[in-house]
Amino acid sequence: MNPDLRELYQETILDHNRHPRNRRKLEEADAEAHGHNPLCGDNVTVYVQTEDGKVTDISFDGNGCAISTASASLMTEAVKGKTLEEAEAIFKEFQEMVTSTEQEQDHSELGDLEVFAGVREYPVRIKCATLPWHTLNAALKGSESATTE
Amino acid sequence: MSAAALASHYDVERIRGDFPILETLVRGRRLVYLDNAATSQKPVAVIKALREYWETSNANVHRGVHFLSMKATTQFDKARETVRVFLNASSTQEIIFTKGCSEGINLVAASLFSTASPKSSHGNGSLSPLEPGDVLLVSNMEHHSNIVPWQLLAARTGAIVKPIPITDQGEIDQNAYDDLLGQGRVRLVAVNHVSNSLGTINPIKLMSQKAHAIGAFVMVDGAQAGPHLSIDVQDLDADFYTLSCHKIYAPTGIGVLYGKKTLLEAMPPYQGGGDMIRTVDFSGTTFAELPFKFEAGTPNISGVIGLGAAIEYLASLGQGESLREKLVHSFAQFSDHENRLARQAEDQLRQVSGVRIYGQAKEKASVISFTIDGVHPHDIGTFLDAEGVAVRAGHHCCMPVMTRYGIPATARASFALYNTEADVEALVKAVSNVKEMFA
Repeated sequence: MNPDLRELYQETILDHNRHPRNRRKLEEADAEAHGHNPLCGDNVTVYVQTEDGKVTDISFDGNGCAISTASASLMTEAVKGKTLEEAEAIFKEFQEMVTSTEQEQDHSELGDLEVFAGVREYPVRIKCATLPWHTLNAALKGSESATTE
Repeated sequence: MSAAALASHYDVERIRGDFPILETLVRGRRLVYLDNAATSQKPVAVIKALREYWETSNANVHRGVHFLSMKATTQFDKARETVRVFLNASSTQEIIFTKGCSEGINLVAASLFSTASPKSSHGNGSLSPLEPGDVLLVSNMEHHSNIVPWQLLAARTGAIVKPIPITDQGEIDQNAYDDLLGQGRVRLVAVNHVSNSLGTINPIKLMSQKAHAIGAFVMVDGAQAGPHLSIDVQDLDADFYTLSCHKIYAPTGIGVLYGKKTLLEAMPPYQGGGDMIRTVDFSGTTFAELPFKFEAGTPNISGVIGLGAAIEYLASLGQGESLREKLVHSFAQFSDHENRLARQAEDQLRQVSGVRIYGQAKEKASVISFTIDGVHPHDIGTFLDAEGVAVRAGHHCCMPVMTRYGIPATARASFALYNTEADVEALVKAVSNVKEMFA
């Protein structure tokens, strides 16, 4: 296997693409938004349930590439149980990690999400990774759709 | 080897030598360029012509009396004649330079149905403004650029855009087309000569005959035909035909619109500006002759000269007395080569588990759209890129085609005259390994 490719498609990403977590419609969702990446045709709907400023449940649905599917899957695991402020902080750090051009960075706080660090070497794929996050953000801000454009 | 066999020998290695970019290493691997339907690479002849123009002839055309301007104008006008031969149009007045295929279609959409002249019945159809309920037939396999201008026009006029269905094989459903031509007042048929997403070669001559029989005009998007077929607009008898020249080994930013002279003469200008007028006065302006009436502003002079050089390069690969004969021979030779490679690739890809090929038309150009079960086309694209293989992944600006087959996107390998069997091998090998990683 090409080592450059391994850097992008980390084992965790491949695993979450093959077996996405929380991929279902959340019937009791009190917020949802649809995200679309016109470049790839990635489509994702994010469902969120909140209580007392906390994400009590979250799920996603849709189809997309391995990067966007794994990103959505890992995102649901990362923000479940977090406060809205914490979720937003994770989103910010995630975005910084995949867009920053600095080589030496410490994003260990992001835990599993750090597997997406390799995406920054593939500018056209960054939007695949951030689409679920933009969609979650849209759902929490009360707008119906998000786009990476 | 007999003389005939020698003449038919296609020397792809010699041709590759004319395209410096093919020497590129992609992260240490040999470049396998199979994204030719997006844009083709440029031969030295074109690069040299551009450089020479800028170094020895750069000036504005059609307005200077000085040495350089005359030199530039001569080269510019010569290129128009070269394009005329390329399309076998009857007059250079029918060759309009645009910035691309899309602009050609937009020009027709903006100008065709906008004359209020009482003599608006013309040739096969009527130029009178569209009325609410008038029908524009657009094939289901069009690129967005041959859909959206018609939708915009329909929105302005109350006309209706109706899709012409396509079959599971990716051919236009001719029975459905016949039926649609009989329903309502059909004013125009928009269809591509070769589909960019399916590779289908459409029967333009037949479709033109049918459309003309009921008084509709025909707009052909020739973007993907230009690089593969020797086009004869008189034989096809379409009213309008557009080319995207960067796909025919010429620079980007240059396109051609062919239109029948009688129609172009009756149509009002598309844009106003310099070069397209005869006299300007506040009491009234008169317009220049064809083709200048449709070419407002300083044209893409270097692009046009580069286009002329690209066509001459293609002709130089063929044999014959005239430029036309050379082009026809050259196209026959290299499209044969391209088709052989594409069919070889298709046969081998079909053997790979999970691969599905979209577009199985009987008449097909060297374009292969495919998916791999369980793997998104963008992941295919990135995986292949790591092996040095450049393909396109996405909806190819053909969302209605993707909807038709119920898929979000495909990966597409498209061939050009410089591709080789080694390219096919590299493609098939890379595709064979994709599933291992993702499935």
